[in-house]
Amino acid sequence: MSLTKGRDSETYRRMLRIRKFEEEGTRLYKAGKIPGAFHASIGQEGTIVGACIALCDSDAMTGTHRSHGHPIGKGAELKALMAELMGKATGICKGRGGSMHLADNSVGIIGESAIVGGGIPLATGCGLSAKVRQTDQVCLCFFGDGAVNQGTFHESLNMASLWKLPVIYLCENNGYAITTSIARSHGQPNIAKRAEAYGMPGIAVDGQDVREVYKATSEAVARARRGDGPTLIEAKTYRFDEHQVGLFIPGTPYRHAEEVETNKKLRDPLLLFRRALLDTSFSEAELHEIESSVVAEVRDAIQFAEASPFPPASALYDYMYSNPILYPPQGATSAV
Amino acid sequence: MSLAINKPRPDTMVQMTFLDALVQAQIEELERDERVIVMGEDIAVYGGGKLVSRFDERRIWSMPISETSFTGVGIGAAMTGLRPIVDLSIASFMYLASDPIINQASKLRYMTGGQVKVPVVFRCCMYYGSSLAAQHSDRPYPQFLNVPGLKIISPTSPADIKGLLKSAVRDDDPVLIFEDTKLWPVKGEVPTDPDHLVPIGKAEIKRAGSDVTVVAIGGAMRLAMDAAKDLAEEGISIELIDPRTLKPLDMDTIMASVAKTGRLVLVENAHRVANLSSEIAALIAEEGFESLKKPIRRLCAPDVHVPFSPALEQHVFPGKAQIVAAVKGLM
Repeated sequence: MSLTKGRDSETYRRMLRIRKFEEEGTRLYKAGKIPGAFHASIGQEGTIVGACIALCDSDAMTGTHRSHGHPIGKGAELKALMAELMGKATGICKGRGGSMHLADNSVGIIGESAIVGGGIPLATGCGLSAKVRQTDQVCLCFFGDGAVNQGTFHESLNMASLWKLPVIYLCENNGYAITTSIARSHGQPNIAKRAEAYGMPGIAVDGQDVREVYKATSEAVARARRGDGPTLIEAKTYRFDEHQVGLFIPGTPYRHAEEVETNKKLRDPLLLFRRALLDTSFSEAELHEIESSVVAEVRDAIQFAEASPFPPASALYDYMYSNPILYPPQGATSAV
Repeated sequence: MSLAINKPRPDTMVQMTFLDALVQAQIEELERDERVIVMGEDIAVYGGGKLVSRFDERRIWSMPISETSFTGVGIGAAMTGLRPIVDLSIASFMYLASDPIINQASKLRYMTGGQVKVPVVFRCCMYYGSSLAAQHSDRPYPQFLNVPGLKIISPTSPADIKGLLKSAVRDDDPVLIFEDTKLWPVKGEVPTDPDHLVPIGKAEIKRAGSDVTVVAIGGAMRLAMDAAKDLAEEGISIELIDPRTLKPLDMDTIMASVAKTGRLVLVENAHRVANLSSEIAALIAEEGFESLKKPIRRLCAPDVHVPFSPALEQHVFPGKAQIVAAVKGLM
């Protein structure tokens, strides 16, 4: 199945947005302009965008601590995302989430959970909600290979299957939970196969091939909208950077340098998709145009973020409760 | 004529038990708002039978034994347009549910800068004092008092459980209800008004008095009421306060009472280390120290597990005699 040219163009644009946003983010992080931890999804753009592009704007989504790619994949604007990375008042989460929690609700994201496996029940609840509200909304649930070993995976997939909930469980299997490989953590290494135990389809796809991810996700979305229930998709992908930018891991390397280099050279989802586009419907000039507009978008986002103010101390308690008359509590002023 | 329309309806009252008021509040909220759903294990048991027979399966969800995830499912549903009441049954199961309650429900409004809201209610039933041993006898609200972003209520009368449960369902933040099951059979007058709401965050003075302030929580309230009656016969006047909401705590009411009496006894059935009494005592020490004529007294479960044998368990929870003795000790 071939994607339409318009969709191809948007797919390439979103993948490139993630890549450029994170390359620049990495640079800013190393320069000390982004506090906290920075988990880049460079190398995983095909999986993220291939899945997101199969959704409608009104569909919901949950993500993980490797959260930058998810809102961008779902179509979010970059400015508020970059401002959030810097902890600015104009950030998408008003400086209260940061790198691990870039949830943009305007594109349907209800949460990016840095508790591994924490988003899986939320996505399942979103599916239950869609069923109660009798809408055709579906929820795309991203998680990693590590989360598959959490109890929430087992419990949630059982419930989604039991009630035929419209949820697409999408495992970004990049092979490593920080440093722990699948071989060292899974008694049975085939993640897609686990679906069979829950009575739902389980599909393994090449996560570096954005078209393959799109095709599998589209079928899962159609199945969910028909009322036929959830699907588990295992997208085999690869993380090009360290688990966290600048993370020093002592001892014997958990993955060989050649493995990383080979993946960067032969399994880069952007290079693979670019080549496929040139082979079919796009000219070099058309791709250049997308590339230079994405570079400009990221540059504008950085300018916006850098020019934005930090939240004032007086805003510390904002967004705690829906009725602020109860807050701050006694002793708050003396404690701060 | 518009005046007549705005006139409040006659505030009729009926006698009912705490448990019946709890079920009635849920039925009325389910009928009022189609976004309200109820989720829980063995939902038809313990009063839930009326819910199951009255509403269809889209409103009443019977859960598999997956407390962690169905708690998260309730939270996810709350974030996408529903207002779930999640019945966690026995309060000791709260520990399995605590990750989504603490890491997701309490934090997501703040962590998303107000982009999402989490209007979910958790019912947790405390069944101590019945030889159920330590894994079925917990009163775990103190752990959750330490979590910003939650609202926690523990009503002690049928009217209050009805009015506070309704307020919880209509609130846009996550609310935990710690029900003391010893109160389930207690009868009281309950307003029939389907919009009878008791505000979250307001304590109630159950009995006005001048000598000693007694703050009692949950099931300790009944014992404290009996103690206050006995003490009155001996000429000691108790001001008895029911916080009703444990978080955010109505310290103004407690502080004003202590300013009047200068003596404070705190009674609750949670373990004594870092419980609600600890917090009230600390706040009085910080902000009401000058009012105190005598040291604050705390009556709580000691730092020991709840044993199985009735011969042992009877020594764990404060009784009426201890409340009377503590009050007299301050006179």
